[in-house]
Amino acid sequence: MLKFDNVSKRYPETGDVLHNVSFHLQQGEIAFLTGHSGAGKTTLLKLIAVMERCTRGEIFLDSQCLSHVKERQLPFLRRKMGFIYQDYKLLADRTVFDNVALPLAIAGFGHLEIKRRVRASLDKVGLLGKERKFPQALSGGEQQRVGIARAVVNKPPLIVADEPTGNLDPELSAEIMLLFEQFQQVGVTVLIASHDISLISQMNHRVLKLDHGQLVL
Amino acid sequence: MKPVKRKPTRPIVKKPVKHDTRQTRTAGGNFVDKLHAYRDHHAHALFSSLGRLVATPFTSIMTIAVLAISIALASGFYIMVINVQQLTANLESSNQISLFLKDDVTDEEAADLAGNIRKNPSVQTVKVISKEQALTEFKTYSGFGAAINLLEKNPLPIVLQVLPKNALQDKQELDSLFKTVEKFDEVDYAQIDMQWVERLHSIVEVARCATTLFSVMIGIGILFIIGNTIRLELHNRRDEVMIAKLVGATNSFIQRPFLYTGFWIGFISGVSAWFIDAILMLILRQPVEKLSGLYEGELHLIFLSFTETIELLIISSLLGVISSWAVLLVQLRHTRPE
Repeated sequence: MLKFDNVSKRYPETGDVLHNVSFHLQQGEIAFLTGHSGAGKTTLLKLIAVMERCTRGEIFLDSQCLSHVKERQLPFLRRKMGFIYQDYKLLADRTVFDNVALPLAIAGFGHLEIKRRVRASLDKVGLLGKERKFPQALSGGEQQRVGIARAVVNKPPLIVADEPTGNLDPELSAEIMLLFEQFQQVGVTVLIASHDISLISQMNHRVLKLDHGQLVL
Repeated sequence: MKPVKRKPTRPIVKKPVKHDTRQTRTAGGNFVDKLHAYRDHHAHALFSSLGRLVATPFTSIMTIAVLAISIALASGFYIMVINVQQLTANLESSNQISLFLKDDVTDEEAADLAGNIRKNPSVQTVKVISKEQALTEFKTYSGFGAAINLLEKNPLPIVLQVLPKNALQDKQELDSLFKTVEKFDEVDYAQIDMQWVERLHSIVEVARCATTLFSVMIGIGILFIIGNTIRLELHNRRDEVMIAKLVGATNSFIQRPFLYTGFWIGFISGVSAWFIDAILMLILRQPVEKLSGLYEGELHLIFLSFTETIELLIISSLLGVISSWAVLLVQLRHTRPE
């Protein structure tokens, strides 16, 4: 599903941020990406989103090589992934419904299909009654769930979350993790970057630990 | 061996495949649905971009006012040129010879002379303007009415206006006619009104050329103004653009509302410019009609025709779209998600 093959990323200013990183996530697998800050977690996620290109090595999503994908093809590639951010990245001037509907509108879905899917997605994260609210009217946990609903509304085979519980209390964090496990159960691959060791240890999933840009086992 | 129907043992893996096909079917398979979605999206972009302009009235009005005045200036010059062109076209058709008769020539002698000249085959008509007629006309239009009343005797001569056949077509014929009529004893001074018409004609030609250059400069200015407006708008909505990029929006999807904004700015400016020109014309109408009296009603103020109005709107809308497109082409390439 997602395969890193000897991937290195070097920035001219800071040198190697990632060094010979290799791993392979199977379809329907959950993995945590962990490590101290500056270990290269964010860089690794940026490589998956092709916001950055790796200096050496290859990254594959299914059989598609991300390192050489053309700029023009990027939007279509990104539709196969759902991203969840620590700061939610919601549009403040759009309703919850419109925020979640954005990926579908971009993919060219019809009006009725969008409505159906957004409602299903919001139902999944338990926000069905709040479609017309604006993000600022919601709590942090609710906003994060709107972000999750947006990430999964297009039914992408891969979900990537960057510190999804960073701003949430342990109880809400556990709830969010349960959601990810539900997605896993329908065959979605989930990669979660987190430094919340206690949360990670509570859950029995694969852990990828980065240390100074290298994967340690 | 007959295949046995079995419940799938690994529903976990099978489900997403089903999900994926459904997505493809709805998003890409049904052409009509997709077409409808595309049309809906365009309509949404069209109206939401107008809504954004209305939502920030102060900024929008400032931008549109600058553009409308610029466009009104350019089209106003154009209107001026077409009016002067019309005027010279009228003058060309009346390349008449004016014969100013000696002061002691009586009205009867003048009428005889007119009769004589009429017999010339290259003359179309001869009009006699008596001293009294000339004075009345002069009083009406010159504004010196009171001063003229003080004069003891009418200083104006009798004038014969000789209108030749085929006025400008044959310059030599006109010249020979001029020489013939100039030699009559009663004639004090003869004048062909052609030279100044020709001069005026070249002045109009220069004005027309200058207007074109002026309009091109204004057009370029408009490109920059709209381009900068769109650039600011893009900057204000940077977060939105980033997020849209991250969830898989193509550049053309992101561009669409901005292109419509450019269209609206151009279109509304064009409409406003038309109204500004119309108001200017209404103000100018009276003095021009007065002037028209001097040319015996041959001068009528002309405004943009229906076709020219449509052209004005198309050009201003196109300027909006083109400048937005150019700015987006450069800016979106440099906007990368962070």
